[in-house]
Amino acid sequence: MTKPLERDVNQQLASEFGLSAEEYARVLAIMGRTPSFTELGVFSVMWSEHCSYKSSRVWLKQLPTKQPWVIHGPGENAGVVDIGDGLAAIFKMESHNHPSFIEPYQGAATGVGGILRDVFTMGARPIANLNALRFGNPNNPVTKRVVDGVVRGIGGYGNCVGVPTVGGEINFHPAYDGNPLVNAMTVGIARKDKIFLSAAAGIGNPVVYVGSKTGRDGIHGATMASTGFAADSEEKRPTVQVGDPFTEKLLIEACLELMATDAIVAIQDMGAAGLTSSSVEMAGKGGVGIALNLDNVPARETGMSAYEFMLSESQERMLMVLRPDRQEMARGIFEKWDLDFAVIGELTDTGRLTVMHNGTLEADIPLAPLNDQAPLYTRPTIDTPKREKLNPARIEDRMGLTGALKVLVACPDLCSRAWVWDQYDSTVGGMTVKRPGAADAAVVKLEGLARGLALTTDCTPRYCLADPELGGAQAVVEAWRNLTAVGARPLAITDNMNFGNPEKPEIMGQFAAAIRGMAAACEALAFPVVSGNVSLYNETEGRAILPTPAIGGLGVLDDVTKAVGLALPPWLDLVLIGSTQGWLGQSLWLREIAGREDGSPPPVDLAVERANGDFVRTRILDGTIRACHDVSDGGVLVAIAEMAMAGGVGVRLSTHPRDVPGHAFWFGEDQARYLIAVPDSASVLRAAETAGIPATRIGTSGGKDLTLPDGGTISVDELRALHERFFPAWMDG
Amino acid sequence: MKAGIVVFPGINRERDMAIALKNSSGHAPRMIWHKETDLGDLDLVVLPGGFAFGDYLRCGAMAAHSPVMRAVHDHASRGGYILGVCNGFQILTEADLLPGALLRNASLRFLSMDCHLRVERRDTVFTSRFQTGTTFRAVMAHGDGNYFADGATLDRLEQEGLVAFRYVNSAGNIEPEANLNGSARSIAGIFSPNRRVLGLMPHPEDLVDPLMGGTDGKPLFDALAAA
Repeated sequence: MTKPLERDVNQQLASEFGLSAEEYARVLAIMGRTPSFTELGVFSVMWSEHCSYKSSRVWLKQLPTKQPWVIHGPGENAGVVDIGDGLAAIFKMESHNHPSFIEPYQGAATGVGGILRDVFTMGARPIANLNALRFGNPNNPVTKRVVDGVVRGIGGYGNCVGVPTVGGEINFHPAYDGNPLVNAMTVGIARKDKIFLSAAAGIGNPVVYVGSKTGRDGIHGATMASTGFAADSEEKRPTVQVGDPFTEKLLIEACLELMATDAIVAIQDMGAAGLTSSSVEMAGKGGVGIALNLDNVPARETGMSAYEFMLSESQERMLMVLRPDRQEMARGIFEKWDLDFAVIGELTDTGRLTVMHNGTLEADIPLAPLNDQAPLYTRPTIDTPKREKLNPARIEDRMGLTGALKVLVACPDLCSRAWVWDQYDSTVGGMTVKRPGAADAAVVKLEGLARGLALTTDCTPRYCLADPELGGAQAVVEAWRNLTAVGARPLAITDNMNFGNPEKPEIMGQFAAAIRGMAAACEALAFPVVSGNVSLYNETEGRAILPTPAIGGLGVLDDVTKAVGLALPPWLDLVLIGSTQGWLGQSLWLREIAGREDGSPPPVDLAVERANGDFVRTRILDGTIRACHDVSDGGVLVAIAEMAMAGGVGVRLSTHPRDVPGHAFWFGEDQARYLIAVPDSASVLRAAETAGIPATRIGTSGGKDLTLPDGGTISVDELRALHERFFPAWMDG
Repeated sequence: MKAGIVVFPGINRERDMAIALKNSSGHAPRMIWHKETDLGDLDLVVLPGGFAFGDYLRCGAMAAHSPVMRAVHDHASRGGYILGVCNGFQILTEADLLPGALLRNASLRFLSMDCHLRVERRDTVFTSRFQTGTTFRAVMAHGDGNYFADGATLDRLEQEGLVAFRYVNSAGNIEPEANLNGSARSIAGIFSPNRRVLGLMPHPEDLVDPLMGGTDGKPLFDALAAA
């Protein structure tokens, strides 16, 4: 008998659930019969792009994932690396793009909640959050609403749950108008001998549900995240989940309390596709069967069907397999924290997922084919055509250095983000050494130890559009550089691959090329990928976002007191490390001053990156370098202005080399460069020469003004006023 | 001074507070679960920051009715010391241990940044290591820190010298720009009439180590450790 709201299962319904004809045929073959409504739901979410990575898996395999310090690479809930002192850092970045456009506050908030769970489910106490955000054109009225909602959502969740938000990045581009990117990253710390995994084991062991009750929210969220957007996206609001950071906080404390015992055999959070994916993945990884009885699932609403229980994406829920003799002790912990605790099934030796509800067998699916025969596509690719290298001498400088600097420091992509950071609690926990904006990477101390972690997120999407392979490499090297610039030893990355519709060969070509570039950079820098997330179908009405492989980087400082920031102290020499051709192609100067978005982006030389970075890091750790800033968006002059503004101190700049046009030297975005502030430039220049590292003394700090080589002068106060104007004027003005 | 920190569900700055107290006293404070009813021989009870019970209903409203609060009231009436920071201050006002209320910030946004506080008197157990009129930096991190009380109450607080700290600029002067959350008369913290209960919004406990940006908050904990 068909239940209310349930329909006959056929090709038509399968198609509405996002399964292709060929995929539905495979479901029929696996089942040997027409699946039930609930079974079709399970197949459709497990085989959605979001859960199965069916378009991206073949490419992701190319990424380097191993180094001696990697404890767990991709495949677990998050990546795990050894950071010394018997500790592991556990981290991952994950997208919540589609929900954040439909309902910005809840979309962003639940994005933070979801990534926190991926980390604490492995036994880590979360110690830092970051977020990489991309928004549409600020002149589009929708953008303002989305920025406001996303920032409030990130703050609303992270502040309440008590994990400091220490860093991240924001870009604007019209390509994100209908499809903002919200990529949230969490970093946690665990003892490396107490890492919890998701593979279920022990036939007869209880399967336990903890956390919030299940409601009808977020049903088919994973499927929604696997298609592009159309004008009716507003109608998809019911597929967005609602977050409760208070419950999440209790869940963190209760899980960590339970994890201090020996009760847990396996644990996984209920993220995308909720109870379905957590039960299927845990049983699948463990090679066991799982029998669920939905009558025992804590429900927020009455009359929910098996289909709704299995596909709900209600937040703040976890699934665990416990040792039977520890079940009541575990119940006591969750009752202390006023959280639901329910035994909703057991592990079996059948190799099948069975779902009972109201005395009826609603689903009975063999797990091996559900996992192993998940679709896998090698989709056709078309390479992005190479763009022409621009000759800077042929690009006229109509504005001069001072004028261009004033425009650049005030533009949306380069202006101060203080308005955003000031809404995020960056200090809770009492371990934040470098707060947002204080350094190229955030730095957090490990409680009771000398050690600290450096954290960053990076990607330059305009480079990725122009040359996805170079852009992929550049995102990785910039993360490596930002960690290096605080003195950290870069260890590993998490990647968040945001792209358009993979069924279009141009888009798949971008994806494949970005992976190639990332893989080469990861290999050359010994900077492996340990976790990640893929978000495809980031399109609205057929228009794709800029390809955005966002990189979350993690590094370690053995002695965190050695970390340096970018604030420039007075009376120091400023030295530029790295060579400058004056690369204007795809630079922000070209876009903001010349009004062009063309040319090839600056090339990345991985050997030079490594050599220059290692030179800088050594001199940060031996105390020579007092402030450091990598040169990226906006080029050298913007980087100097940022150091001056952060330090509240002026700089007198030297003349630039004669062989590069002035505007190209000061605003070009050549890679592998750092600005370092040192008391005695002569000895640093000698050391650089010996090591074969290009180094140029470029100015001296002091006073209150930035004095340019062309005679232009601007006070640091004026720069600051320009720099800080955009966000408050736009959002609160 | 023997100290304990009350842990309500949703509190999140209890670790910061424990670090600051231990940093000055050498002793780890006792952590007190909100369902406990016996505070033992504690001299100082600290209600830390966070979002007790998610700040649902109203900041601090539900925590004020937790089982532990009867013991906290008894501790206050015995003349015991109580420090409430941020959410802890909100809980103290909801529990009628301090007057007034904390409203939404005037900007209607969460504010996370350093601010400057002026010490209004130093003859209290909390402030004896500061100089009167001195200013110190503290971290503010709240959405509801806009101190409000009726005019008569504010007048009484001022006349009886119960204003502990005010928001000022770095030069120590009161000005609207320095009063970021819009608090009445720039009040950042207040005492009970016996000056043994202190509530304040900003977090001195997050500036007790030069590595984290300064030691401006340390005198408060040094004073408590020595008392």
